[in-house]
Amino acid sequence: MRILAWLQRKKILGRLISVVAVLVFILYLLWAHDLLRVELFEYTVRALTENWKALLLSTSLLATPLTLAAVGECINERAGLFNIGLEGIFFLSVVIGVRGAEIIGSGVAGLLVGLLTGALIGFIFSVLAVYLRANQLVLGMGINIFAMGMLAYLLATIWAFPGIHSVRQEFHIPKMLGFFTPVFFVAVIAAILAHILIHRTLFGIRIRAAGEKPEAVDVAGVRVDRIRILACTVGAALAGLGGAFFALGWFGEIVKEMAVGMGFIALAVVVVAGLEPLLALAIAFVFGFVRALADWVATMPGINAVLPGAFYIMHMVPFLVTILVVTIFIGRRRFPRALGKPYIRE
Amino acid sequence: MTRLFDAIRGYLITLKRPLAESLFALLIGLLIGAGFMLAFGYDPIMGYISMLKGFGIFTIEGFLAVLAIIALGLLLTTFIGAYWAKIPQALAWPWRKKISRRSISSVAIVVFIVVFILFLISRMLEFLDKVELMEMLAYSVPLMLTAITFAVGMRAGIFNIGAEGQVYMGAVAAAWIGGHFVLPAGLHLFATTAFAMLIGAAWALLPAILKIRAGVHEVISTIMLNWVAFFHVPYLIINRFAGVYAERTATILPTARYPILGASLTAVIFVALAACVVVYILLWRTRAGYELRLVGDNPDAARYAGISIRRAILISFIIGGMAAGLAGASQTIGRPLMGWTLPATLGTVFGLGFWGIGIAVVGRNHPIGGIFAALLFAGMLNGAKFMEYDWGISSELVVAIQGVIIIALAIPALLATSRRGVRRLKIRRGPR
Repeated sequence: MRILAWLQRKKILGRLISVVAVLVFILYLLWAHDLLRVELFEYTVRALTENWKALLLSTSLLATPLTLAAVGECINERAGLFNIGLEGIFFLSVVIGVRGAEIIGSGVAGLLVGLLTGALIGFIFSVLAVYLRANQLVLGMGINIFAMGMLAYLLATIWAFPGIHSVRQEFHIPKMLGFFTPVFFVAVIAAILAHILIHRTLFGIRIRAAGEKPEAVDVAGVRVDRIRILACTVGAALAGLGGAFFALGWFGEIVKEMAVGMGFIALAVVVVAGLEPLLALAIAFVFGFVRALADWVATMPGINAVLPGAFYIMHMVPFLVTILVVTIFIGRRRFPRALGKPYIRE
Repeated sequence: MTRLFDAIRGYLITLKRPLAESLFALLIGLLIGAGFMLAFGYDPIMGYISMLKGFGIFTIEGFLAVLAIIALGLLLTTFIGAYWAKIPQALAWPWRKKISRRSISSVAIVVFIVVFILFLISRMLEFLDKVELMEMLAYSVPLMLTAITFAVGMRAGIFNIGAEGQVYMGAVAAAWIGGHFVLPAGLHLFATTAFAMLIGAAWALLPAILKIRAGVHEVISTIMLNWVAFFHVPYLIINRFAGVYAERTATILPTARYPILGASLTAVIFVALAACVVVYILLWRTRAGYELRLVGDNPDAARYAGISIRRAILISFIIGGMAAGLAGASQTIGRPLMGWTLPATLGTVFGLGFWGIGIAVVGRNHPIGGIFAALLFAGMLNGAKFMEYDWGISSELVVAIQGVIIIALAIPALLATSRRGVRRLKIRRGPR
């Protein structure tokens, strides 16, 4: 009883209960998927040792859009805008980026068009959120739903072939050394630059202040609205680049269900990284690796007979890890105080 | 009588702004949708006329009849609303106070008017296409239920977007009990529905615990759980609950199906409507509901008044989970989709939770408003296929229009804001 009281006083009890709840939940999933077995590790080790090169390649492909979107989201969440419309930005920039590539006639131009699409969405989002004080969460979900419909509509109307569109070979972004995609390096550079921007520059201080205490920024004579709009536009532009990369640098085609869930994994990356761009890069790599592993395990001969649940549980890993990390570290990884709140000048 | 009219006027005044805002957002959505049609060379007017077929409107008479039904329905809700809201002061509950001649006569008048309006509406329905009307109603069932999930959350100050995952879980739970257990006819239906609601609520429990105990933001936990369910349910369908067809659950046994009323509409609509009314009564006519709404409006005041915020949040999550679970069940045991099975692609349940957000927003986070918003969106979703048949306009445009409507309604005081904007423009253009 005394231990219980001590735990309560230290406010650990609540978190302990939560962590136990999450662990029970994960155990339930493992049990339901019939995975409390040794074979899982055997197969994982086999996948790792036999095909680490292919795994690394697909990880670099998967981590690229995740990193770009997550780094962008880090910037605009630092400024106090919580954009959960990342998935929508992916969807729209995929189509518009490919269309741009076909009109201009170059894959790189397509990526830039995707970037501009993202920037435009971010600009609209931030103007609505900053000046009209729209509810950012509803706004983000609205963008997601709008993009979900718009992707299918544009696919069906632009190319008059519902559901799928193949991009011509000459628009594909060539892979360096036949291995890594150059966009991956762009993502890494973006993460480093974002880190420098946030932690080493005056503008970064202003961005962070706009998220923590917008009143102080305003009193210092700096326009909060402009900072937030700029941060959100830049952030969404990075996500748009990631979206265009899906079709131009990776799949070479647009499928309706292509990016489903990726925007939310990017959101998970941001949450786990606690708004640190460099950490986001690392975590995007880890999540991308798990997902690549999941796809690899799924295609491994014989595994479906032994471990049918492995594919599904591996797809869940990013989401489960996020829940666990958030539950354990919620006190230590603090989010900006004014996150999601419109700034109203008094 | 004058008091009753006062009550009606008061009710109309409270209804006017939200209704006008929702209609304004709808207009914005339709206009932008028309813009997208024009941009790709379609005729938006003909497109929207085709979309009206989804509401059962095939002729001009049908269109007029729907207008009349809307007017009558508004009158009816106003009347019931006014009576319901103001009657304790204006006329007194007949069964609480001593029964006087006045209260009896007023109740008689109300009953007479309600019956008369319902009769008029039933006559108006003659002009509409029955099959499409029923199809529209069938579409609206899960939507009004997932709208409850979001609406109750918002009323408690919680942004609960976990309906999507809870719908999947409810659907697969219903498919399990409905397809694999042999029970007597009445009990089977009841048990299946109840179990689906229970599983929906259980799936909502984890975010609730995390929110209450550790302060984890519900947006993060519910989004993550949606995707966990997205990968969990196909596994269950393929490996645990499979039937004779590949990648589908076993066919729901006839004892667990809701009886079909026509087209793909089943009796589950009555359960859904009852759920909306129950949630309304729970929120606005009980103490727990009052506390829940107070927590959403002003948590500090609630804490000061000694209300348990944790309990209110837990209740809102559980109500939402049950509603979403029922929505999932309505798609498996309440609608003959895919031959009474749930496919592993989740095609019959995907997106319902997301659309529920839009419907709740249009219905102003009110369970009864959600019914009307669900009917509206159901008609649009149902009419989208006619747009595609008639003119080749991709039916997914409706989803995009819905997104625009949600974006428009994310702006608080939409009408006032736009009015201010217009005024500012006028000033700028004016003589200066």
